[in-house]
Amino acid sequence: MTEAGFLTSRLDEAIGWARKYSIFQYPFVTACCGMEYMATACSHYDVDRFGAGLPRFSPRQADVLFVVGTISHKMAPVLKRIYDQMAEPKWVVSFGVCTCTGGFYDNYATVMGIDTIMPVDIYIPGCPPRPEYVLDGLLKLQAKIQAQHASGQRPAPELRPPEVEGHVSTERRLRPERGDGVERRKQ
Amino acid sequence: MTAASLIQAVTERFPEALKGSHTYRGDATVLVFREFLLDIARTLKEDPVFQMNYLMDLTAVDFSAFGRKPSPAFFASSGVAVRPSSEIPDEDPWPGPPTPHSTRSRFVVVYHFFSLRLKHRLRLEVAVEEGDAEVDSLSALWAGADWLEREVWDMFGIRFRGHPNLKRILMYEEFVGHPLRKDYAVNKRQPLIGPVN
Repeated sequence: MTEAGFLTSRLDEAIGWARKYSIFQYPFVTACCGMEYMATACSHYDVDRFGAGLPRFSPRQADVLFVVGTISHKMAPVLKRIYDQMAEPKWVVSFGVCTCTGGFYDNYATVMGIDTIMPVDIYIPGCPPRPEYVLDGLLKLQAKIQAQHASGQRPAPELRPPEVEGHVSTERRLRPERGDGVERRKQ
Repeated sequence: MTAASLIQAVTERFPEALKGSHTYRGDATVLVFREFLLDIARTLKEDPVFQMNYLMDLTAVDFSAFGRKPSPAFFASSGVAVRPSSEIPDEDPWPGPPTPHSTRSRFVVVYHFFSLRLKHRLRLEVAVEEGDAEVDSLSALWAGADWLEREVWDMFGIRFRGHPNLKRILMYEEFVGHPLRKDYAVNKRQPLIGPVN
């Protein structure tokens, strides 16, 4: 390794460390998952231990978008706009099974997973997910932030986690008449 | 006033307006012809016998699939009372669906009125046909009817004559169709952005 390469990798490491322990989240709370989000944020589970204790209610000042709760098709453009307004580097956490896949909603109103409209970094399924589960997702997000290069270059994008894919394909298999033939967009 | 005397009082005032009536568990229901809706509603609100100053709910029912499909099997074992238990004393047995299927209109607009002073309530039903789905608006009498009628328009496509601002309230303007109609596919999606997933 050259001297410059060594310095760059040490710099990446330092910046990643600083970023992962100073997460400013934007909670986009639309539904009942918000209760678990609040439980996670308050003193019992205390998300502040991980440096993510300060929510910012302006997308310009936030770097992690927490999408908490069902997203309807009417809401989708608003959410996309919030995401577009956030400055790089930015990450998206899909909180709850409704944001991951649409959950038990299969109707005219609900977006079948926010990854159809924006890239998602961490999926936290559950209806709603327990605070421990949320903290686990937060730690995974921190690991991902640490692994990212300071230049903003991301590691190769992940596909949907296998358990989420499995859920969808099981659903399709059980109800083949509902499949509309549109392939879910891979990130 | 009791349910029976409420129905009697309405019948006395509008003998030719009533299409039918029944009581069930202390709740009175009258089915009226569409032309008399506004007159009856005004009387219910202003007549000292009724004093129904509170429009509790305004909604609609699409009967086009009624009785065509058996109840889902899980419903029978879920503990939900599909029909009242025989152990419960029942002075007013369930009168059944309002009319036989062949003569039933597609939609019924349902109004629930309540009197805060006299503590009695009345359900009013107005049948409307699919080709001429329009009833008079009550928004001039009860301000709360404004948004409820917009909801019924949005979900069922029933128009309200004389409504000041009849536009969608839940769905977005770009949405085509009315999702609570039984012929709207339950998972037919019309996204504003993103794929039709």
